[in-house]
Amino acid sequence: MKKLSKADHLKIFSYMLKIRRFEERSAQLYGMGHIGGFCHLYIGQEAVVVGVLMTIKKNDSVVTTYRDHGHMIARGLNPKKIMAELTGRSDGYSAGKGGSMHMFSKENNFYGGHGIVGAQVPIGTGIAFTHKYNGDKNICRTYIGDGAMNNGQVFEAFNLAALWQLPVLYIIENNKYGMGTAVDRAAAGSHLYKRGEAFGIKGEILDGMNVYSVIKAAEKAGEYVRSGKGPYILEVQTYRYRGHSMSDPAKYRTKDELEKYKNSDPIEIVKEEILKKKIASKKELEKLNKEIIEEIKSAVDFALESNFPSSEELYTDVYI
Amino acid sequence: MSTEILMPALSPTMTEGNLTKWLVKEGQEIKAGDVIAEIETDKATMEVEAVDEGFVEKLLYKEGDINIPVNKPIALISSEKDSSIEIKDKKFEKSSKKEINKTKESNSNAQEVNKDPNKDTITMRQAIRDTIAEEMRKEKKVFILGEEVAEYQGAYKVTQGLLDEFGKKRVIDTPISEHGFTGLAVGAAFKGLIPIVEFMTFNFSMQAIDQIINSAAKTLYMSGGQINCPIVFRGPNGAAAQVAAQHSQDFSSWYAHVPGLKVVSPSTPLNAKGLLREAIRDPNPVIFLENEILYGLKGEILSDENFTIPFGKANIAKEGKDTTIVTYSIMLHKSLEAAKILQEKHNLDIEVIDLQSLRPLDSETIINSVKKTNRIVTVEESWPFASIGSEIVNLVQKNAFDYLDAPIIKINSADVPMPYSSELEKLYLPQIDDIVKAVKEVNYI
Repeated sequence: MKKLSKADHLKIFSYMLKIRRFEERSAQLYGMGHIGGFCHLYIGQEAVVVGVLMTIKKNDSVVTTYRDHGHMIARGLNPKKIMAELTGRSDGYSAGKGGSMHMFSKENNFYGGHGIVGAQVPIGTGIAFTHKYNGDKNICRTYIGDGAMNNGQVFEAFNLAALWQLPVLYIIENNKYGMGTAVDRAAAGSHLYKRGEAFGIKGEILDGMNVYSVIKAAEKAGEYVRSGKGPYILEVQTYRYRGHSMSDPAKYRTKDELEKYKNSDPIEIVKEEILKKKIASKKELEKLNKEIIEEIKSAVDFALESNFPSSEELYTDVYI
Repeated sequence: MSTEILMPALSPTMTEGNLTKWLVKEGQEIKAGDVIAEIETDKATMEVEAVDEGFVEKLLYKEGDINIPVNKPIALISSEKDSSIEIKDKKFEKSSKKEINKTKESNSNAQEVNKDPNKDTITMRQAIRDTIAEEMRKEKKVFILGEEVAEYQGAYKVTQGLLDEFGKKRVIDTPISEHGFTGLAVGAAFKGLIPIVEFMTFNFSMQAIDQIINSAAKTLYMSGGQINCPIVFRGPNGAAAQVAAQHSQDFSSWYAHVPGLKVVSPSTPLNAKGLLREAIRDPNPVIFLENEILYGLKGEILSDENFTIPFGKANIAKEGKDTTIVTYSIMLHKSLEAAKILQEKHNLDIEVIDLQSLRPLDSETIINSVKKTNRIVTVEESWPFASIGSEIVNLVQKNAFDYLDAPIIKINSADVPMPYSSELEKLYLPQIDDIVKAVKEVNYI
């Protein structure tokens, strides 16, 4: 693993914090009725996407599930436009037509935000196919929830990716529950990454609460895939603090279990590392936190001041 | 005593075959299971095995003879060696020229076309293949994938020769994995390539329908116009011949229901070329519904490599003043036959509209025709409930209510799963007689 600079540590901290603060604010806006429909929060899982972010190249592609707010922030997208989309405004990334689950930014090679469990896996494999077809040496990172790992099209995509040696890095975000069903009640066999073995796809399992272990594994896996050896699977063990969506009280798990994970909070781990290495003081980190709170506040203001799409917009973007 | 060896039916839609090679000579002894000939069908070249043992008495066709009807004797086998039969090398019985000429005008295959003196008359199969090849030559982003499209040369020989010309990077055999490879192709289209996805038949597209509708059709909208999906889904649609319920259904109204998709269905080699080129060049997802029975249909084409037919434009296949028939795909041909009968027997001058494009639909041409004829019958192969005809009924009642002199009649397949038995299959599908009867009914005859 490349040595992380001081700036890297601070980047990691601020991105993770930005996702946390953004999601907390999203929950608040949902409660106030500004965000509607389904809204899936990323709180607790921040180390996964930010760890991967540290290994990504500008022209690499990303495709993910409907739990996508954190992914967009980590891709460097503008929180104002994300929040505008969540609140259904015309300034949102999808002009108010996608919402929380369906957000895209082509110019940033972010291909969604997909609402159908598992559908993003063949799509991400197809984006990787294009990288290979074009010979551009870029790769596609395709995120998969643990729930999707029981969906047939995922294995069809694995087969194709291995058969055609496509540059796709599959990242399973195993947050232990597919909606309310625990992984061991849904998936036969042991670890999810081992399901690639049947196709000859290598993989590994890692601690997704610790961003440094994510960076280490993602870097190695990214290099493997970029070198033309075909797909690779990372199973990242993580945990969502909130329910599956805003309307889920998460009664299928114990308070103790939740507390256990909160005690190894991914942001706290980074904070401790920064303090231990004397990269920044507590005070400086608190200042950073305040700046992020302000940034998210201004994103909310921007969103709520933005217009709703005009009625003409109903009929645009069906065809080009 | 002689036994006849008949031209075998080697595929569901085969009506005739070509004798590419004899592997036995006259006078030769054969055993059951010996390969005696190679027959080219509408789909592939197949080996024919002897069923009985004996001696080859006579080869009734020579190598290279084409369009030999199914069930026509191709050789005679005798149970005993006749000393009068000499083993001959090349001296074949002259095949009946008359027989061949008689069948030449009917369904044929791509090879045969090359010998046709009229260069601009080709089969539907060849029209589709040529258009794919022409567009692949022009645009490197275009590639084709599907089951058996490359090494096998296409399950229906539509992609014949493409692998040789474009290589395996652009002509890609997939596993039997529709959901996976359709989703992969959609992802490739999001990223800027132009995939042509061949479904061996559209029946198998149901395995992948989530990716077609939820991903391909909706992402432009859901991304606020950022991510389009330039892709063509093509393959045979509707009934073939006796392949029964799971392999014979018409998806035209299924797909035409979906905003974000364009749906077209050619009826002739000419509009197959124009519509397919338009489909490949269109930046939106296009469903291109072919018909297996029409693959061998010959027709004139325009050799202009930029000839396209804009979507949303119907073709008036036959002008008339008495009744409008609106149809598409294979039913165009049945409708034209019906129009002929109606002219001859009932002196009715029928206007036949070939929709070509189902979404967008050319409502203007339909309405104008109804305003002229005041009577309309729709003819299609899909099931009756919420079919393309249902939409046309709505259109006409809304826009030409006062012009109608009779209630509209909608002709569809029977509202049941497709049966296997050929007799029931005939009853299931709209027939020429059904069309004649409906037109008479709207004319109160």
